[in-house]
Amino acid sequence: MAALLEVRDLHAQYGPTQVLHGLSFAVEAGGITTILGANGAGKTTTLRAVCGMVKRQGEVTLAGTRIDKLATESIVRLGVAHVPDGRGTFAALSVEENLRLGAYTRRDKVEVAADTERMYAYFPRLKERCKQQAGLLSGGEQQMLAVSRALMLRPKLLLLDEPSFGLAPLVVQELFEIFKEINRRDRVSLLLVEQNAALALKVADRAYLLETGRVVISGPAEDIRNDESVRRSYLGY
Amino acid sequence: MKPPSSLRSLPPEGAVRQQPGEAGSVAGSSVRKIGALALLIALACVLPFVVSNYRVFQFTLVLVYAIALLGLNMLTGYNGQISLGHGAFYAIGAYTAAILMDKFGVPYWLTLPIAGVVCAVVGFLFGLPALRLEGLYLSLATFALGVALPQILKYKGIEHWTGGAQGIVITKPEAPEWSGLSQDQWLYFVALAVMLLMFWLGWNLLRGRIGRAMVAIRDQPTAARAMGVDSAMVKSMTFGVSAMYTGVAGALGAIAIQFVAPDSFTIFLSISLVVGIVIGGLASISGAIWGALFIQFIPNVADEISKAAPWAIYGLFLIGFMYVMPTGVAGFIRIALARWRRRRVP
Amino acid sequence: MTLDLFIHQVFSGLASGGIYASVALALVMIYQATHHVNFAQGELAMFSTYIAWSLMQAGMPYWAAFFLTVAIAFVLGVVIERVIVRPVENAPILSVVIVFIGLLVIVNSLAGWIFSYTIKPFPSPFPAEPLFGNRYVSSHELGSMAITLVVLSILFVFFRFTPLGLAMRAAAQNPESSRLVGIRVGWMLALGWGLAGAIGAIAGVMVAPTVFLEPNMMSGILLYAFAAALVGGIDSPGGAVLGGFIVGVLENVVGAVLGTELKLTVALVLIVGVLVVRPSGLFGKVHVTRV
Repeated sequence: MAALLEVRDLHAQYGPTQVLHGLSFAVEAGGITTILGANGAGKTTTLRAVCGMVKRQGEVTLAGTRIDKLATESIVRLGVAHVPDGRGTFAALSVEENLRLGAYTRRDKVEVAADTERMYAYFPRLKERCKQQAGLLSGGEQQMLAVSRALMLRPKLLLLDEPSFGLAPLVVQELFEIFKEINRRDRVSLLLVEQNAALALKVADRAYLLETGRVVISGPAEDIRNDESVRRSYLGY
Repeated sequence: MKPPSSLRSLPPEGAVRQQPGEAGSVAGSSVRKIGALALLIALACVLPFVVSNYRVFQFTLVLVYAIALLGLNMLTGYNGQISLGHGAFYAIGAYTAAILMDKFGVPYWLTLPIAGVVCAVVGFLFGLPALRLEGLYLSLATFALGVALPQILKYKGIEHWTGGAQGIVITKPEAPEWSGLSQDQWLYFVALAVMLLMFWLGWNLLRGRIGRAMVAIRDQPTAARAMGVDSAMVKSMTFGVSAMYTGVAGALGAIAIQFVAPDSFTIFLSISLVVGIVIGGLASISGAIWGALFIQFIPNVADEISKAAPWAIYGLFLIGFMYVMPTGVAGFIRIALARWRRRRVP
Repeated sequence: MTLDLFIHQVFSGLASGGIYASVALALVMIYQATHHVNFAQGELAMFSTYIAWSLMQAGMPYWAAFFLTVAIAFVLGVVIERVIVRPVENAPILSVVIVFIGLLVIVNSLAGWIFSYTIKPFPSPFPAEPLFGNRYVSSHELGSMAITLVVLSILFVFFRFTPLGLAMRAAAQNPESSRLVGIRVGWMLALGWGLAGAIGAIAGVMVAPTVFLEPNMMSGILLYAFAAALVGGIDSPGGAVLGGFIVGVLENVVGAVLGTELKLTVALVLIVGVLVVRPSGLFGKVHVTRV
């Protein structure tokens, strides 16, 4: 399968501090790739670098187009949706307005309305609270809202930064079922950053393991899942 | 890449210990710092003997403004409370000194601590209701204070104390016989001594527990409260201390200028003070001096450049400074020094 | 004070309140779009009014000059944001305030230099006779209020119901998340400034016939407008307009009772009193955040 996202030799800095030291990885079209690693390994920075939110150098190609010199807004308009850590909800706006913003760049009003209904079907709690201020939602609900907002873009590639963070296990399960479904049904490719390695490896096709800004292990998720020594030393289970 | 911060610029001087591993040992850099400070003080002492009396007067005002700016900086830079009305405390200090000297014959040096205490109390009392206001709303309330005070000073009801719109004239203190200095020079040294004392006190305050509490409230108010910082008390106290500094400066300024009148303390003074702390550098002690130099001399420079539209030039200076050094002169120097140090370490 | 005098003061207050309301609207406008309070707003409005004056001096009829001025003010706002404000977009908030103060001083100075400080009369598009011959409010004052309300309604609809309005609000509140939904944040800010410039121009043109055209005509108004915007709630356009009327009436009634010297002080003290009781203003949204 062709790679939707190809990253070669990616470097990234925050000011004078170098965080990524030449990463290379890929997300296949219609596939789920996961990036694992401990705190501080550079996982969040990787997603931000792909989206142009941090100073970066290297080659990032999306469906054949180079995006490593583009601004975030332009990358988004090419079909990349990012659910950041911290969720990034528009706290002062209503749930409904958050969803409308997700579809800001789309022109097909009818489809947007249909998609909104789909989000409410996935996450009924959002429908209940649709007129409420988004900042008043609980952590789990905000995560659902963040994911829905990203999906309103009808992205080709969905970047997820630690979606399980701070959520109750049942909610996490629900969420990951929905990830699997949109990947299967709508052919949305996923780039998933997770600390919960077991969970991530269950849904992913490919996995990359990061350590202080470098890829130390990569391969099909199944292989890594079955490799006990890797699991013990790097993933802690 | 963090989102743009609000009032935060760089870690505040003096309130954070040095990072381990920075070039040079902690002890070595302290020696360097004390050496630089001693040199500056020495230069300051030589100054009045090498320039004209008028320049000495101008530099005395720089010292006065520096004290006021340190006061405002404590409130706004370190504690995050914006005040657009600090000219009011300056005015209260000035009038306190003037009334004490004119009506009660109090010696000039005694008026300084009295003005300080009066302003501390007024500041603290103002700070109490101001606790409920944040950011913009606080700036409006303080702006109201800054606008109201000159009007109150002109009020006919208290005219026989304040001299109404005419104000009060103060006699310039004589330099003591043994010093052999001119009046201007003597006043300069008095101002210098007061400034050094107040800066030293301020440095200690900001470095200690209270200083850290102030900064904690500025940066993470919820966390600060969760850690047991009595936010309300610290904020009101900071208002009081900040008003005290500005009041002492006002008193000193009144003595130097020998005159107080309501129109000397308009909202423009309050705005100049804010300009001073931002240009000088927020959350910085040395910034107070840079800022004072700016607000004292740049209007004159602007006037030299263009008689037709001097304020346009002043405005260009303001904008230009903010483009080149958005964290103020002190911030700019800190960044430059840090870059220079990084290059020296392999 | 007699009832008749009181009513007179109230109507006078509503008239000046309309002026404060329109400038307050421009302030809230920029705030909604950029989360900055532009202290130079008054001066830019004044400058736009001089542009209108120049166009009319050159022979252009009133309404043509009016709409052309509004368009020019819009463009000017956009240009100022892109050229002067953009370089300090990410600077600490007080540094941006200093830039605004600098802008204020420059525009004021330039106006005085180009157009001189002599006071000039400025025409009103409304008839000189008061409506129905009433004794309380002139046609111009009524007309200005009407125009302010029309502008307000247009803005309300724009921000609440159009995608662009929503995008502008989002860009001001959360620029990073806005980029993640594809909003070109830089241009949203510029648009906000453009709109504020246009509204300011309308306010200036409505004010000038009453206070006469001179470089300092907006300074007193700006203070009251700022107070009005905050009393109403800085993120509420409706609140700003209501705040403007409240401030206008307050100022006039207080001035009639206590004399003009202290009216500024008392008005401000009362406003601060309101804020202490309701710190986000009367209609400001109280932003609750979960810790």
